[in-house]
Amino acid sequence: PQPLPNRCHPPPSSLSTPLSPGERGEFRKQRPRGTQQAHHLQRNMAGAGGGNDIQWCFSQVKGAVDDDVAEADIISTVEFNHSGELLATGDKGGRVVIFQQEQENKIQSHSRGEYNVYSTFQSHEPEFDYLKSLEIEEKINKIRWLPQKNAAQFLLSTNDKTIKLWKISERDKRPEGYNLKEEDGRYRDPTTVTTLRVPVFRPMDLMVEASPRRIFANAHTYHINSISINSDYETYLSADDLRINLWHLEITDRSFNIVDIKPANMEELTEVITAAEFHPNSCNTFVYSSSKGTIRLCDMRASALCDRHSKLFEEPEDPSNRSFFSEIISSISDVKFSHSGRYMMTRDYLSVKIWDLNMENRPVETYQVHEYLRSKLCSLYENDCIFDKFECCWNGSDSVVMTGSYNNFFRMFDRNTKRDITLEASRENNKPRTILKPRKVCASGKRKKDEISVDSLDFNKKILHTAWHPKENIIAVATTNNLYIFQDKVN
Amino acid sequence: MFGRGLKRKCFDNEEEADGPPAGVRAVAPYDLQRQSLLDMSLVKLQLCHMLVEPNLCRSVLIANTVRQIQEEMTQDGAWRMVAPQGAGLAPLDRLVSTDILCRSAQEQEHGKPGPEDSTFPKGFKEDQAPDLTCDAPAVTAAQAPEHPPSSVWDLDSSRENRGSFQKSLDQIFETLESKNPSSVEDLFSDVDSSYYDLDTVLTGMMGSSRAGPCDTLEGFTPLAPAPPGPGCKADLGELDHIVEILVET
Repeated sequence: PQPLPNRCHPPPSSLSTPLSPGERGEFRKQRPRGTQQAHHLQRNMAGAGGGNDIQWCFSQVKGAVDDDVAEADIISTVEFNHSGELLATGDKGGRVVIFQQEQENKIQSHSRGEYNVYSTFQSHEPEFDYLKSLEIEEKINKIRWLPQKNAAQFLLSTNDKTIKLWKISERDKRPEGYNLKEEDGRYRDPTTVTTLRVPVFRPMDLMVEASPRRIFANAHTYHINSISINSDYETYLSADDLRINLWHLEITDRSFNIVDIKPANMEELTEVITAAEFHPNSCNTFVYSSSKGTIRLCDMRASALCDRHSKLFEEPEDPSNRSFFSEIISSISDVKFSHSGRYMMTRDYLSVKIWDLNMENRPVETYQVHEYLRSKLCSLYENDCIFDKFECCWNGSDSVVMTGSYNNFFRMFDRNTKRDITLEASRENNKPRTILKPRKVCASGKRKKDEISVDSLDFNKKILHTAWHPKENIIAVATTNNLYIFQDKVN
Repeated sequence: MFGRGLKRKCFDNEEEADGPPAGVRAVAPYDLQRQSLLDMSLVKLQLCHMLVEPNLCRSVLIANTVRQIQEEMTQDGAWRMVAPQGAGLAPLDRLVSTDILCRSAQEQEHGKPGPEDSTFPKGFKEDQAPDLTCDAPAVTAAQAPEHPPSSVWDLDSSRENRGSFQKSLDQIFETLESKNPSSVEDLFSDVDSSYYDLDTVLTGMMGSSRAGPCDTLEGFTPLAPAPPGPGCKADLGELDHIVEILVET
């Protein structure tokens, strides 16, 4: 694919374009508000004492039991939709699988509804760039849901080069009794048509169809790492290693470049963009993170090309921890705004940091994910694990954050109680409603019973992608090729 | 980076190392570790030539690491090469294993030439045949044999060397296309774990150090084209081929 020439047009002065009748909807009422807290989310992390603790239980696991992982089955992204009813995964083979939560009678059930496969489709195919003689992987890097405006669901999925808007719709009726056609579709002989009849809709088995509605291609020279939908629900951004583009969901043949950090001389390249996200409430504000551990907040009202940041978030380096690996481990692998929009969270190799948007010089909270790896950085550099990109996520009330680690461990940090917990995604805890036992890694010295020593950790079992239901205590945790769903114990 | 006199951060699994008294575990000399890290990084950059477009973030981070080491070595005066006359190409198994890098070992100074003899090819364009007496020639020390060995380097030319090395790094960035992926993969496909026996590299070294992370490392299933570590036996002819690709004149 040929790269698009850079068009330095200013952003459209009016972001509202006429909606088609089918897509006009009441979506503005459904816009998520960070201040709406589900009551039961205010519970504390396990171990805080009292009856208000969350106890995480195994709910479901999806995927092959095989230890031999087919490369195409490697899960590469996980995302709940805005209501939490749908859970989408993307994999290395370019497929998207959507699970739907069963609607259960909440008064009687002991747990929330299970997630079952709702739709599966091939989103991206492998391509070949003839100009560079390189393959373009079909791996789905990110999925982002649009808020629901009508009966259909829409999501954006992207691989390294191309973003697609998919419409997922249900069909449970079909027209029967055509005037000119037989039931099997063949046209009737006109001479046999003697009466007029109008087709009627009759029920049929539910069919879920996914169709690509827009294909946004040819705008990225480098690999796309992020997509983020604006709070105006009409535009979105896509970020690659060196550039960020702004799109309108209706328009596929043009995008506006809003950030460009490519140096005139590629020899001077020392920093790349690693993630980007729109602010959840301010439609003119977005942030992007870099491989040097900085986050830049930009305001699109300031200029067409947002090369000059409005705010620069960076924590000064700790000189006592300086090593040749300092820069690599400071590289930010994920950035996520809180639902409230007041904070943002960044993930670097060893820690999770919470930043107050009003304070640029240091984070307000720092949580160590696996500090015991600090003395192993050389080995992790050798086996490339140091380049693993872990994601992070907030719970619905912004009180707990979660991220993954190695050995199929994942970690949660309660911002209020300052407690943290390590859990494992493993088929050993397979029975539904089995409470997960907290895990502990022994960094050095005498290993206690039930602890795992650092040297026994399996670095091939990494949890890079996790997602938290927007309203309830349901989490989706992806191991290499399995998707685990955990819920908190109700009652 | 570190000025003189500032305490340098130790590499993995080290205790405080202020000179090794007998019976106390000594760490690998910092210079040796640094050289080994440099070599490992260069190998990683080479492996960026794959069928799929390489990960730019990873390449940039590795290149920055290399630059840091390079700058520090320049400051230390360790950035120079001694070229033998007609010495030919150093065998790859002279490369320091990451065992040294990652585990505490005793008496590493014994039977080993000083790190300042270590050779490092400043640039892939330079026609260097590395010093055979050295412990840690980089993989890229295998320069094309048809070029005659040049004269001895000194610090003055190191700046120029840095420039050409820089240029080579940049070529790695610019050259994102894979010319001959299969040969690269074949080159590093079989990591001979017996290589990690350091007898050929460091004589007199005690092998009784406690297991470091690199031991666990050897049990790992290699993920995606696995970096082999700097210690692979390789066909030098294929190495020349790679160097020619990188030079790309």
